[in-house]
Amino acid sequence: MKATIKKANLKLFLSFLKIGAFTFGGGYAMIPLIHREVIDKHPWIDDNELLNIFAISQITPGVIAVNAATYIGYKIGRFWGAFWATLGVTIPSFIFIYLISSFLVQFKDIVWVEYAFRGIRIGVVVLLVYSVIRLMRVDKINILYILVISGSFLLATFTEINIIYLLLGAIGIGILYALLSHNKNTGGPDDDGPSIEEEIE
Amino acid sequence: MSLLIELFITFFKIGLFTIGGGYAMIPLIQQEVVSKGWISLPLLTDFIGISESTPGPFAVNIATFIGETSAGFPGALFTTVGVVLPSFIIILVIARYFNHFKDNFYVKKTMRVLRPATLGLVASAVYLIFSASFIHVDYLKGSLNIPGIIILALLFFVRFKFKKIHPVAIIGISAGLGVVLFSLFP
Repeated sequence: MKATIKKANLKLFLSFLKIGAFTFGGGYAMIPLIHREVIDKHPWIDDNELLNIFAISQITPGVIAVNAATYIGYKIGRFWGAFWATLGVTIPSFIFIYLISSFLVQFKDIVWVEYAFRGIRIGVVVLLVYSVIRLMRVDKINILYILVISGSFLLATFTEINIIYLLLGAIGIGILYALLSHNKNTGGPDDDGPSIEEEIE
Repeated sequence: MSLLIELFITFFKIGLFTIGGGYAMIPLIQQEVVSKGWISLPLLTDFIGISESTPGPFAVNIATFIGETSAGFPGALFTTVGVVLPSFIIILVIARYFNHFKDNFYVKKTMRVLRPATLGLVASAVYLIFSASFIHVDYLKGSLNIPGIIILALLFFVRFKFKKIHPVAIIGISAGLGVVLFSLFP
């Protein structure tokens, strides 16, 4: 039993090492890699849980990539799972920056490095388009869903709004939504129908 | 020794007060780190650019960099552990108890709103990278970035044709295409 736990932790560590090494441009860029490594290759969590994990990572303090790694690691292997996943996602940055820190300014001026990373940014866009579409299929899409996703997109893209206020607003709408559907529930059936969480469980 | 503790505490604070991810912490980093003389403002600005071209979370990158330049390997270790630790502890606590709350009516309804809000943010990040790559290209002001569009089309084709392709392979191909096409059409 103990040996299998250790083996799972090693797999977790290696998966998150890969995720850390190939995540360019911050927390969200890791979603396609999580899809592949943590959901498709090893069925450790599902898309529904991934959405919860990112929503929670978003509203809690800390680095999103680390939040997500810790959460997924905990889910799979409790404390040591969290430990190995977090270590895995952190180590590539650490080693890379440690190695280049002495000639960092020159690194920026190597022209083919710049070209490669302009290409990578486009690669990240392509991967994320697929991931976002995939995650949009998880929840039941109703008017509220469309209003929230487009509102959040438009505010984050075209205004200077602080993300914290945007998230607080979403929580506020969520509580309001709960209160309103609670009142309706006392009268008639839930107009929202069973949510996807209920269908899965 | 006291420098290491100061580095640790500073980055612990940065990790603790960052909500909403990487770039949200830039003003806080600037305030904490530039004022202590650990990095100059122009170098910090350069580093933000460089960090986009290196793997890993921005917060970890900047922590490792400032730790290394201020106090060598031990410095890098203290700052990196410092910036990661708040996330680790907070998420451990939440992951431990979220299962008890996830079926709570209010939590469930709030998550129903928070989930699309989060996806909207991801979509916005995608759009901003996309528009930065195609519209605001400095060497062709105002016009389209032809090699960029070719790369985009090729990558969508590859991703569509080979549905099982690993994201790492896409990253590798996109880097290769970037080097070739941006060299050909500088």
